[in-house]
Amino acid sequence: MTLFILRRMLQAFNVLFVMSLLVFAGVYAIGNPLDLLVDPNATAEDMARAAASLGLDQPLWAQYARFLGNALQGDLGNSFIHGVPALGLIVERLPATLELAVVAMLIAVLLGIPLGLWAGLRPDSWSGRTIMAGSILGFSLPTFWVGLMLIMVFAVQLGWLPASGRGPTAEVLGVPISLLTADGWRHLLLPAANLALFKLSLIIRLTRSGTREALLQDYVKFARAKGLSNARVVGVHVLKNILIPIVTVVGLEFGSLIAFSVVTESIFAWPGMGKLLLDSITQLDRPVVVAYLLLVVTLYVVINLAVDLLYAALDPRVRLAGASQ
Amino acid sequence: MNAPREPTLVVDRLTTRFASRSGAVTAVDEVSFSVAPGEVLGLVGESGSGKSLTGFSILGLVDPPGEIAAGSIRLKGRELRGLSAREWRALRGDRIAMIFQDPMMTLNPVLRIDTQMIETVRAHRHVGRDAARELARDALARVGIPSPDERLRAYPHQLSGGMRQRVAIAIALLNAPDLIIADEPTTALDVTIQAQILFEMQTLCRESGTALIWITHDLAVVAGLADRVCVMYAGRIVEQGSTAQVLETPAHPYTRGLLDSTPAANAQPDEGGQPQPLRQIPGMAPSLKEIPAGCAFRPRCTHASELCEQVPPAVELAPGHVARCFHPLPATQGVKP
Ligand SMILES: Nc1ncnc2c1ncn2[C@@H]1O[C@H](COP(=O)(O)OP(=O)(O)OP(=O)(O)O)[C@@H](O)[C@H]1O
Ligand code: SF4
Ligand SMILES: [Mg+2]
Repeated sequence: MTLFILRRMLQAFNVLFVMSLLVFAGVYAIGNPLDLLVDPNATAEDMARAAASLGLDQPLWAQYARFLGNALQGDLGNSFIHGVPALGLIVERLPATLELAVVAMLIAVLLGIPLGLWAGLRPDSWSGRTIMAGSILGFSLPTFWVGLMLIMVFAVQLGWLPASGRGPTAEVLGVPISLLTADGWRHLLLPAANLALFKLSLIIRLTRSGTREALLQDYVKFARAKGLSNARVVGVHVLKNILIPIVTVVGLEFGSLIAFSVVTESIFAWPGMGKLLLDSITQLDRPVVVAYLLLVVTLYVVINLAVDLLYAALDPRVRLAGASQ
Repeated sequence: MNAPREPTLVVDRLTTRFASRSGAVTAVDEVSFSVAPGEVLGLVGESGSGKSLTGFSILGLVDPPGEIAAGSIRLKGRELRGLSAREWRALRGDRIAMIFQDPMMTLNPVLRIDTQMIETVRAHRHVGRDAARELARDALARVGIPSPDERLRAYPHQLSGGMRQRVAIAIALLNAPDLIIADEPTTALDVTIQAQILFEMQTLCRESGTALIWITHDLAVVAGLADRVCVMYAGRIVEQGSTAQVLETPAHPYTRGLLDSTPAANAQPDEGGQPQPLRQIPGMAPSLKEIPAGCAFRPRCTHASELCEQVPPAVELAPGHVARCFHPLPATQGVKP
């Protein structure tokens, strides 16, 4: 187990290193931040001075070497725009995004699994078909359009929920959280529902197909032949088997929820990392973009590790490579 | 006290159909037989003849679009057709248990053996987990599983095929059922283990007075195990009788053909010292959609006449020996006269 985790951490470092190379080169290729940072009327001397102060006068490899040296000490550089450490800027926004992603995923899982089970148990019923039709809609409607519709209906027409912003937060161990106040919840609900929709559809379909497949298996018929109740056959024998692929997908999708909440965050003016990323890209704030991408990669690696551990815990047939030694 | 014992199970003209777009097909057609306590009934037939489906029908486990269309199933005198879902559930795994064909697929791969055994006990009796676990351990020991305590904590994939089938048998025995339906439980196993399990099952059922229906396509297995034999062809029982009657004086041409194509029946060398060649029944078993009218065996039968275009009635040739054939073979044509 320890060996397994150590091995995975080593892999993670490799991934991070390669990513940093790619990201650095990629970000370097787009635009010249000086054009945006420095007053257009500035003299060539001013420009050169600004470039030198930001380290932009160095060749790419030298800039990268300096970045890598600092990064190994936990310093991902200062934001060109705000002049504060880029990582700090992002971490500050992390709770808002994380909170949004967690609530969205909870909605997707807590609704998706029961709905998928239902549709899988009654594939030909009216309700089962309706659920599946709904999930197809959830798949195909673009997120931004659904977001706008949610605002139109629930914020503008009905006036039930606020259309933008995060609302009040309460601090837990210095971390601001919306979930602890009723008004925070009201602000969270629309963006979370918007973000959840696609994942919800995915989980419904996954659960349904898993259920239908499991129902054909001999072990389900044997469980019935033992005289078990329907609740036990479905809730234990079927669910425990289909949970294995679901956990994997939920884990991987959670990473993408965090990374790509960009659209939802900008529609609902949610002050998370996604919005910061968009702003930083338009302002060519390279250190923030690089730090953001590296942080997201790190999150992915951590989530993947958690998924693998969970997977091994759920499926007795899986032994983690290196865990047996 | 020589009064005939009341049979555990009486199946009377059981008919199971599958509805499909092109019309209903009959997979089990007017099947009748009975099994007494402690008796072993062999249900023999080629693949697709409806053996498993007969078993599932008795258990009330025919999945839609299949349904029991007619007939009656009586367990210890109680009619099972028309029971509510709840009553069926109370019966399954408690009074009637079934062991499936493939030991690799019957146990749930993600649940421990103890979970799968304990739930079977607790679905039918109000006992605590510990008491249920004790019963599970005893059952494992009874089917010859070494160190049962350890096995209880194992997952199915940690056990061999033979072990898994023993676990399935132990599960069937857990609640001391009146009837066990064993659906070719040993075909996936190698010959030695097969023989062992056969013998153990037979002993266990004789001792406890459990009626046993043993489904197989192998007449040799039936010869050493069953008291009575039913031969199925295309959903119908074409011949039944005591094992001696059916195997030694087969009356139905199909039974005869099966016997001739069984290696064990031909093991005796003839006068020239050569083993007799196996004779296969010509042709193929019909699919459900194209079962011939009249006697379903007609296209493959060398004795067929015009008469055979009608459905042959069941005729009792000797006490307890029944065949559905217009031209039953004379007793002298048997394998061992
Ligand atoms: N769900 C179903 N829909 C339609 N036909 C079915 C269905 N299940 C079984 N059948 C048909 O019923 C017939 C009897 O099947 P059954 O499984 O009882 O055969 P079997 O005698 O047990 O064969 P085997 O030795 O291969 O196990 C087969 O022809 C099969 O095609
Ligand atoms: S009824 Fe006719 S066709 Fe059928 S088995 Fe007997 S002789 Fe053959
Ligand atoms: Mg079968």
